[in-house]
Amino acid sequence: MSLTAKLILRDKEYEVRAGQTLRDAIQKCDLSPQAVLPVLDGQLITDDQILRPGDIVMLVSVISGG
Amino acid sequence: MKCRKCKDKAVINMRHHKLALCKDHYLAWVLEQTERFICKYHMFTVNEKVLIAVSGGKDSLALWDVLLSLGYQVDGIYINLGIDAGIGYSERSLSMIRKFMETHGEAVLKVVDVPVTYGASITTAASRTHRGKGRPCSVCGLTKRHIMNRIAEEGGYDVLVTGHNLDDEAAVLLGNTLTWQTGYLARQAPVLPASGAGLVRKAKPFCRFYERETAAYALLAGIDYVYDECPHAVGAKSIYYKELLNTLEEERPGAKLQFYLNFLRARDEGAFRVFEEQVELNKCSQCGQPTSLVGLCTFCRTWQQVNSQSGNTQ
Repeated sequence: MSLTAKLILRDKEYEVRAGQTLRDAIQKCDLSPQAVLPVLDGQLITDDQILRPGDIVMLVSVISGG
Repeated sequence: MKCRKCKDKAVINMRHHKLALCKDHYLAWVLEQTERFICKYHMFTVNEKVLIAVSGGKDSLALWDVLLSLGYQVDGIYINLGIDAGIGYSERSLSMIRKFMETHGEAVLKVVDVPVTYGASITTAASRTHRGKGRPCSVCGLTKRHIMNRIAEEGGYDVLVTGHNLDDEAAVLLGNTLTWQTGYLARQAPVLPASGAGLVRKAKPFCRFYERETAAYALLAGIDYVYDECPHAVGAKSIYYKELLNTLEEERPGAKLQFYLNFLRARDEGAFRVFEEQVELNKCSQCGQPTSLVGLCTFCRTWQQVNSQSGNTQ
């Protein structure tokens, strides 16, 4: 079984190590936890959650402007 | 992480408030806080007629939902800017608003179609003027402000509200501080009173919510919104400022909020009063809206230029 999880932001996918917090994983992908909302299995989750192998977390971008 | 109120599983953690909440308590918290900000800044009352500018994005639709839930008399205005960019951006935005209205039976929407009413889309208009140096955002802002004020005046609305959130306000504040735009700093506030000369009161009930909080509200309340940014906003300075502020926020939770609140405190204490310009307002000779110019207002001048070139540029 894969020991990784996946983060998806728009059309980009990031493979990350399971067993770390979502917050750490987001930061390691050079993304800002401030700028995204994580959704797992259709539910909004907090970024202290530990990623399990096979998790697919959708990151909803929250920045807008112009 | 658990909800501070019921110990259920939290869906959002707001580090700057040291507050984690579950879905139900979060939705209730947003309503309570919005009501608190409306009262604190004397924005409007339940007896007043409110017009909300909706774009199809998360902030305006979430705010409309919140204001209706709180029992305010609030109608919407959508300005169809005619932006296509190969994705039918403006049409998609309008269809998202119509979808919102299907689940909010009491909502009333007014639509102003810019290409139909004024003769060109914002994209085309921008290409025919020198305003904004090729970026449509300047013509767009000018046009939206004019239309929103006109519709609010004509409809007898007491106040015009927009979905500006704290990240929007902090980004504008940072931009104006970096360039010391003292006149703009003097005019930035959660509520701008009516001028008495034809400018309606403006209010921003979401001005103390972080952008991720308004997005979370929209997601949790089941509000479908346009995720894509306006195609013309790509590379906008405001987005760059938001990213800078988010970097700061990562290291110091609450930095964005403190930046904005301390600015408001300084403003209330009169720090920018000396920069408040007492501009004499005239009536535009064409549209009748207030203007600091004599004769035509900037909006009418700009669109006159746009339409005078209608045979030259496509």
